[in-house]
Amino acid sequence: MTYMSNVNDKPLIEIRDLHFKRGEQVIFDGVDIDIPRGKITAIMGPSGTGKTTLLRLIGGQLRPDAGTILVDGQEVAALSTRELYQLRKRMGMLFQSGALLTDINVYENVAFPLREHTELSESMIRSLVLVKLEAVGLRGARHLMPSELSGGMARRVALARAIALDPMMILYDEPFTGQDPISMGVLLELIHTLNNALGLTSIVVSHDVKETITISDHIYLLSNGKVIAHGSPDELEKSPSDWAQQFLQGLADGPVPFHYAANDYAEDLLVTMGKHMKGGAV
Amino acid sequence: MSEKKHSPLTPLLDWLQQLGRFCLGFFERLGRGHLLLFHIVSGIPGLAFKWRLVVFQLYSVGVLSLLIIVVSGLFVGMVLGLQGYNTLVDFGAEESLGTFVALTLVRELGPVVSALLFAGRAGSSLTAEIGLMKATEQLSGMEMMAVNPVKRILAPRFLAGVLSLPLLAAIFSAIGVMGGYFVGVDLLGVDDGAYWSQMQAKVDLHDDIYNGVIKSIVFGIVVTWIAVFEGYDCTPTSEGVSRATTRTVVHASLAVLGLDFVLTALMFGEG
Ligand SMILES: Nc1ncnc2c1ncn2[C@@H]1O[C@H](COP(=O)(O)OP(=O)(O)OP(=O)(O)O)[C@@H](O)[C@H]1O
Ligand SMILES: [Mg+2]
Repeated sequence: MTYMSNVNDKPLIEIRDLHFKRGEQVIFDGVDIDIPRGKITAIMGPSGTGKTTLLRLIGGQLRPDAGTILVDGQEVAALSTRELYQLRKRMGMLFQSGALLTDINVYENVAFPLREHTELSESMIRSLVLVKLEAVGLRGARHLMPSELSGGMARRVALARAIALDPMMILYDEPFTGQDPISMGVLLELIHTLNNALGLTSIVVSHDVKETITISDHIYLLSNGKVIAHGSPDELEKSPSDWAQQFLQGLADGPVPFHYAANDYAEDLLVTMGKHMKGGAV
Repeated sequence: MSEKKHSPLTPLLDWLQQLGRFCLGFFERLGRGHLLLFHIVSGIPGLAFKWRLVVFQLYSVGVLSLLIIVVSGLFVGMVLGLQGYNTLVDFGAEESLGTFVALTLVRELGPVVSALLFAGRAGSSLTAEIGLMKATEQLSGMEMMAVNPVKRILAPRFLAGVLSLPLLAAIFSAIGVMGGYFVGVDLLGVDDGAYWSQMQAKVDLHDDIYNGVIKSIVFGIVVTWIAVFEGYDCTPTSEGVSRATTRTVVHASLAVLGLDFVLTALMFGEG
């Protein structure tokens, strides 16, 4: 438990002036985010704002164009491969797609990180895997292959795998998508319990605003490459920002654009018609 | 919208631009390929503790290619027996049929045809498997679990391919010699003893067998390298994976044929 020894007031993750581009498209344009230790931080924003990208930047799979990301005091982009892998052993990440290994069954998927990183005996691994699977309610599904799982089940298996090594923090990318109300409740409870019981730090990316708010300690709202608002759920609900209000209440009309950046709609349609009149293809 | 000025040079400049882009892209890929090979090779010593992974890949890359290798070897040997007999009998030299069949197989057809078959059978499936793992984020997921996919996924497959092909080529040649025997001796009546003794006398361990083995080791490295690289480097979509699979078969086959010429010239050129 090395990370318990340096528990202090410093945030676990400090992001400063983050800039990131995909080709011409600016994804982050000067973002500052602090993820406090031992808390649940929710990151919300419209689809395509770069929430998944942010998690990948934190995990060191992408490099920022400018700015720094400190995880537990280490600058992710400056780490050597070996150090980065050491850091990742202490991070669990739940992928939006689940990302289960398709050639092995549920049990082996959850056992995978244990087999790769520990020298535990087979009986220890078995107990650990069953405990994690029980936590996500899929102990009975351990003999199934990933192709035999529903999307929601696959995500729960992926969650069991992400917590297999008891990491210091977990990044959840859309954990609730595709869950029925019951398993959604169970997952919320699970994230909450993991966080409180094990002293984990959690980052939850989610569109399920109401549910996520009930368990988060802190919320960041992202849009158009910027942090629009942040604070505790109470602070946000009282926030004067139109953006925050629109997003939290799920209104279609407001300052947050629903559309991917594009040129003028009418003009776009006119171009098509013009081409048709000239007999050209679209 | 701006009107482009059309000078007579425009098509030429466009063409030059495309050529430049193509060349840059080519060298970039070549560089990435070599870098990947370096990482794979540096991951091979670590496999000593993970020999199970290699054994499993030896099965799926090597053993599962056996059938096609054995059947092709048999037919190629039978054709060689037939064609060789028809040519040699005109000179009354049909006793040399064994030498002819064995030398053709050991020096050329064994390594080359097995490498081509291997590219189609094992290479394409390696590319598709790795490409799909990439497209479904399994590789990325592994990275986040602090498991290096180059070492965990690519290195055992590469090693298995490099070990399998020389063995498959040897089996191909051996079965081919049997096929030649069946047609030449059993059907066309070449002397049994002459078939084997001429072969024994004329096929040289160093000049013929070793050189054939060297060829198949080189082909094994190149074909598996291309297959693994194409999968790892593919665009992570279904179309990207299918293109990469095609490229593996085409590039690997061309590389085998081209390298065969170079290696033959180096080994047997002096005569
Ligand atoms: N591999 C890629 N290459 C180029 N652009 C990409 C790539 N992946 C994502 N993008 C772009 O980056 C932007 C952010 O993507 P990201 O996946 O981070 O969004 P997100 O906030 O997670 O959305 P969602 O809520 O729908 O999951 C998108 O607009 C997308 O067009
Ligand atoms: Mg996303």
